Formats: sequence, C-alpha cells, structure tokens
Amino acid sequence: MLELNNISKTFNPGTVNAKTALSGLSLTLNDGDFVTVIGGNGAGKSTMLNAIAGVFEIDGGSISIDGEDITRKSEHKRASMIGRVFQDPMMGTAPTMTIEENLALAARRGRRRTLAWGVRRSERASFRDSLARLGLGLEDRMTTRAGLLSGGQRQALTLLMASLVKPKLLLLDEHTAALDPGTAAKVLELSDEIVGEGRLTTLMVTHNMRDAIEHGNRLIMMNEGEIVLDISGEEKKRLTVDSLLARFSRAAGEDMLCDRVLIGA
Amino acid sequence: MEFLQSMLNSLPGVLGQGLIWGLMAMGVYITYRILDVADLTVDGTLGFGGAVCVLLTLNGVNVWLATLFAMLAGMLAGLVTGLFHTKCGIPAILAGILTQLALYSINLRVMGWGTTAGTQATLAISVDKYDLILSSRYVRDFGEHFWQNPIIIMIPMTALVVAVLWWYFKTEHGSALRATGANRSMARAQGINTSAATVVGLMLSNGMVGLAGGLLAQYQGSSSVDMGRGAIVIGLAAVIIGEVLLRGHGKLLAGIIGCTVGSIIYYLVLQIVLRLGLGTNDLKLFTALIVALFLAIPYWKGKAASARRHSAAGQKSKEDNHARA
Repeated sequence: MLELNNISKTFNPGTVNAKTALSGLSLTLNDGDFVTVIGGNGAGKSTMLNAIAGVFEIDGGSISIDGEDITRKSEHKRASMIGRVFQDPMMGTAPTMTIEENLALAARRGRRRTLAWGVRRSERASFRDSLARLGLGLEDRMTTRAGLLSGGQRQALTLLMASLVKPKLLLLDEHTAALDPGTAAKVLELSDEIVGEGRLTTLMVTHNMRDAIEHGNRLIMMNEGEIVLDISGEEKKRLTVDSLLARFSRAAGEDMLCDRVLIGA
Repeated sequence: MEFLQSMLNSLPGVLGQGLIWGLMAMGVYITYRILDVADLTVDGTLGFGGAVCVLLTLNGVNVWLATLFAMLAGMLAGLVTGLFHTKCGIPAILAGILTQLALYSINLRVMGWGTTAGTQATLAISVDKYDLILSSRYVRDFGEHFWQNPIIIMIPMTALVVAVLWWYFKTEHGSALRATGANRSMARAQGINTSAATVVGLMLSNGMVGLAGGLLAQYQGSSSVDMGRGAIVIGLAAVIIGEVLLRGHGKLLAGIIGCTVGSIIYYLVLQIVLRLGLGTNDLKLFTALIVALFLAIPYWKGKAASARRHSAAGQKSKEDNHARA
C-alpha cells in the first residue's frame, strides 16, 4: 500500500544547524494497517508524516502509494489520496469559514474546483448526518465559523474532513496532544471509529505509549530518524507499557530513553 | 452655517470619489483580508488602468471596452506580481513593490504612446469630445444630466461588482481562494493549489484596481503617472473604516460592502479636514496617521483586554487566599 523506500531528509544541510531528521528509513504498510508511531522528541515521527504528505521534498529514496511513485508530486496533488489531521487544532480548518464551508472544501479534495456553488443544498443533509455522528452538537451549528470552535471540536471536524473523501492513507500527527485528557480520549475514540468503518490505512503518531498500545494493529518506534521497533499482530496485543519500554531501551540503547518517552508512559 | 453650506456643496463630489475608490478598496480587500497578502502593486496598477483606458479611448476604442481593458491591464499587473511571488520565490510585499516600480516606467510609456518623446506624465481626455462613462462635471447635476451623473452611474455598477464578487467567493473556486488566505497548510491538505490561488487572487484584486483607475481617469478627465501614489493606504483606510462601521471583520458580504462605505466616509472626513484648513499637500500625512491609528486600535484593545483579564485573575486569587486564611 504505502511504501517508503530508504528515504532521508536533512534540514539546513551544510550549516551548523544541520539536522538529519530521517536517515534511510524504509517502511511498508499493508492495506488496512492501523499503525501507531512512537518515539522521543526529534526522532523523526512528524518528519516522516510530512515527507509522506509532501510538505517538503526528501533528499533521497522514494515514496509510493498503491504502486504509484509520488516522490516528486506536490503536496496539494497528493492530497487526493491522503487525509491529514495535525497536532495544532488551528491547522486543520479555515477559521474564517463556516463548518459547512470547511466540510465542502474537504468534500472536493482531489476534484477540480469549478464555479458551481461552494456548498450545495444537496450536500447539507449528508454533512449534517456526518456531524451528528461526532456527538458534539455541531450539526446544529453548521453556519458557525470554525474559528469559534474549541480545540477538541476542531480536531473532530478535521478528522471528519480528512475522511469525508475516503483517503488511501490517513495521517494523524499527534492529533490529541494539544487537547485536555477527556477531549483527547473522545477524539481518539472517534478516530478509532472512523478508521474502523472505512478500513482506512492509517499512521498515527502519538507521544502516549498507552494509546500506542491500545490502538491499531501495528506499532513502530522511531529513534534518530530510523525505525527501531516494528511490532504487529498477536505480539502487539500482548504489549504492555513496561515491556515496550524495556524493548525500546534494548533497541535504542539505555541512554536513549529520553524524558519525553517516560512522560508519555 | 457657511461651513455646513460648503460641506453640503461638496457632498456629491465626496460620493462620486468615494464610490469609485470603493471599487479600488475592494481590490485591496481581496488581497489584504481574503488572501492575507499585503500587495503594493496597486499604487502602480491604478495609474496603469487609467493610462490604458484614456489611451484606448483617445484612439477611438469604445469607452466601455477601454474600461474593460483597464481591468485586464490590472489583472496582467497582478499576474506579474503573482509570478514574481510564486515562481521566483520573492516575498509578496517585495514582489508587489517591484511590479509597482516597473509600472511607473510602463505608465509613462503608455501615456506617451505615439508621441515623439515616447513618454508622457499625464494624458487628458475631454468629456466634450468623448462619450465617457462618467465625469465629475455632472456630479452635482441631478436635473438635465441625471443619467450622466457619476453617482447615479456608480451605484448600480458598485452593486453589480459586489454581487459578482460575493457570488465568486461563494463558489468552489472562490472558496478555495478564501481557504488559502485563511489557512495555507489546511488548504494544501485539502488539495488546493495555494500558489495558483494566490496568483488568481492577485489578478482579481489588481483587476478591480485597474477598473477603478480607468473610471477615475474618466471622472477627473485625465490619467497621470502619480494618480496611484498612496492608493494602497487609501484602500486600507476604506477597508478598515468599513469593517469597523459594519462590524464586518471576517464576514464576506459586510466586508465587501464595507469597502464602499469606508471609502465614502474616508472622503467625507477628508473634506471636513480640508474645510477646517488642512493644506492639500498635508493630506497624505493625515491619511497615513489615520490608517496607523485605525490599525493600532484593535491591537491596543487586545492589550487592554488581556490586562483586564490578568488583573481580574489576580484579584480573584487574592480573594481566594483571603478566604483560605
């Protein structure tokens, strides 16, 4: 499905600030895989997702989805196959546009935008149904501007927007990190539902080990721009936070156990 | 009494100028508010539209067609700025300044077309010889030349432009443009080509300014190379005054209509200070200060509000401490 073949990325190359974020990373996802991604600060988790989404061009290697090489494709062209939710709740929606306008933008992902009305009357009913499923009462506020919503409401809306046109790949980049624990749990639950219903191939970055263990069918751990652990199937189901920590320190070396991972545990 | 009388006399002129500059302000609104780009091309575009319109009319082109070409000329200027920005990686504000500077020379050439010198700083056109769309000559004439009165002509024209802009920004295409201005990373994640949207927005904006330039040149009976100097600031003033009066911040229709309202108010205030004795040469200083003030007010308001919140919170925690003690 998704194939990352030996991809690498260095930011600010040739300067004192040079930072190798991805070093020869390879990863293959199968259809319907729900993969959680963990790792310390600067391990390259977000960089990997941004490389897949096309936020920047990679220095080496190749990326393909369903056999189609997308390494040189621009970000907005890849959007037809990729749905994304960001860490910052501000980043996923247009604050000055209404909820229904935001949804309508998402409903046209991967299609030519014409001079037809931006929101069609016929769409409103289906938007309303989709919003009702979030259970946040947003279906009665379709003409409210997205900028007036809370962080959790925005992430739920962004999640809906990312899946409105079924993506081949869903990228969730620490999308609950900026939310309070209760809201985070609710948004995670919604993510599970949406991924499950659409059988979406998903990469979910999280800093919370328990979430990484409890969600998805496969878990990868990153360190210094590489994948150091890849656990799936029955083995993943038996994982505990303690056993994961132990395996991580073995894989990455004891001193690599940075505080971010511990806090997440 | 005399003051009121003279103000009353100048009202038609205020309306006429205000309505034309309202179209220009809509152009500024498209870039500054919708696209979130500060575009300084417009100072050159206004004169470009004026020059093209007058030159074509003098050469026998139908005046409506010439006005349309003024708009197309403006769009061309916007395209150049857009390509400087998106294809050459030049920051938008600098890209606009470059095009504006280039337009100064181009405007001299356009107005000097066919002359022996090849360049010319002004180009006059007389409403007696040419069938212009509007002229300031009839601005006080609500009798015999009622249908030639620029106010009467500009009102439906403004309504039409407002309707077209509102419609466009409600279409899929226009929504993509608004999304680009509201949140570029979100727009790209939803498959919107933000570079293309930025170019289209700049073209639309400068098209409006070119149109306003063409109409303004007819209104005042000439185009000049200086007619657009400081236009961006007048446009901004109109946008901001309109937003404050119509509470239209972030609202599309109120924002667009606010451009015309703000522009008329701007010229009204200008008339008042002129009648109060301000010299015409000091107008630009006055305008700059007004815009600076209006831009500063929301910032000061925000600071004051957060200071109030802080002191309220401080007060509350003090009370809590007292209660505990």
